[in-house]
Amino acid sequence: MRESVVAVEGLTKVFKSLRAVDNVSFSIFPGEILGLLGPNGAGKTTIIHVLLGLTTPTSGNIQIFGLDLNKRRADIVQDVNFSSSYVSMPNSLTVKESLKVFARLYNIKNREKKIQELLEAFEIADIKDKLVRHLSSGQQSRLNLAKALINDPKVLFLDEPTASLDPDIADKTRTLLKSIKKERNISVLYTSHNMKEMEEMSDRIIFLHKGQIIAEGKPKEVIHRFGRANLEEVFLKVAREEVA
Amino acid sequence: MRHIYLYRRSLPRLMEVVYWPLLDLLVWGFITVYLAQYRENLPGFVTFFIGALILWDILFRSHQGISVSFLEDVWAKNLLNLFASPLSYTEYIFSLMLVSVVKLVTVATIMAVLAWILYSFNIFLIGISLIPFVLNLIVMGWAIGIITTALILRFGQEAEVLAWALGFLFMPVSAVFYPVSVLPLFLKTLARFVPASHVFEGMRGVLSSGVFPLEELLWSSGLNAVYILAAFLFFRWNFVVVKRKGLLVRIGE
Repeated sequence: MRESVVAVEGLTKVFKSLRAVDNVSFSIFPGEILGLLGPNGAGKTTIIHVLLGLTTPTSGNIQIFGLDLNKRRADIVQDVNFSSSYVSMPNSLTVKESLKVFARLYNIKNREKKIQELLEAFEIADIKDKLVRHLSSGQQSRLNLAKALINDPKVLFLDEPTASLDPDIADKTRTLLKSIKKERNISVLYTSHNMKEMEEMSDRIIFLHKGQIIAEGKPKEVIHRFGRANLEEVFLKVAREEVA
Repeated sequence: MRHIYLYRRSLPRLMEVVYWPLLDLLVWGFITVYLAQYRENLPGFVTFFIGALILWDILFRSHQGISVSFLEDVWAKNLLNLFASPLSYTEYIFSLMLVSVVKLVTVATIMAVLAWILYSFNIFLIGISLIPFVLNLIVMGWAIGIITTALILRFGQEAEVLAWALGFLFMPVSAVFYPVSVLPLFLKTLARFVPASHVFEGMRGVLSSGVFPLEELLWSSGLNAVYILAAFLFFRWNFVVVKRKGLLVRIGE
């Protein structure tokens, strides 16, 4: 039996009267991309924030690399990273300076070499001396992704990482993420509103609705279960609350 | 009408309306009372005033070095990246303290040089005793900065005004430009528990008598130990609360 790198059991997060995440359990296995889908407010981002230790769960147990997140967060985050299209890099620094800051925070050896690799991989080497505030949203997203890989994470949480990228860069980013995942056996928790992207990227998906898991499995299995042609249609069905 | 709705719902904004006029009234009012008592000795005030101004700015910059640096991370929407990294909140606070030291050394140097050029005032006339007093002002500024940061984390961007304002709350009872003796009794009592009041009283003591005010220094240091510990505990407690309420991610996005 495969051992999971992330194991979530009975995760619940309540904000006042809102049950943002309701008794959610799932695992992520080595080298797997797990897609989290659901309409706005389904609880996707809250789950990522809880897994990063930025929000305390109301109840539930989270183990990452077999360690209890509640007790061993400092050890865990050394091998974890994240990128969100809603979180920026320091805007008064240059691209390279920003990456240097995070390379130091994650205590990376051979910083210069690592940064150069990432700048080239995400095609931002030519703008390395540009201030972050002067970057286009697409360039900022690529910088965020470069930051997310600065520590060669074993687990990566990506919250709508391609949200503001043009189709060309989005495609390149997906290709790059897939190749990184393959080369390094990295585990990824991925959210996106682009259903085509989710079908393409995810080995497995979890469909969330009002904080609860309503479907789980390989994308094709979930599509079949809902009797639809693709994930887009499944999403629309769920979002319009046709689900009982 | 939009502003009426806004102010009705926001305590920090409401505070701002009365805050500055009240402080101005207190600070300059007491200065007037003090000046009225010692009209014939006015030249001596230049030394007091300029020295006090520089020292107050050290406290204020120390406070801002923490609170405004934190705000810069909030404005840059970079806070989540930081707190998702191995950086602990304690390390984060210590790094802000370090930033504040750099900022205030720069500001204090500029002010000291300007005071010397413009008024022929040498801040170092106060002597070696200046060093422990300055350190106490820095620590008090840190304590205020840490509390401000905790409040911004808790109440969000509408509490940003505190990054500039909270330090000034201590000004009327810090005896910056006038001695504690001109304050009414209840403020006099309050001033005894403000580290900065002992620093400024001590500075006046050095300038007028030349005697090192050890008692004021001990009071100031003791109170600061309590202030900084309380500030850290308040931040830690608040950090737990904001993570539980999901506020950290809201301010960070």
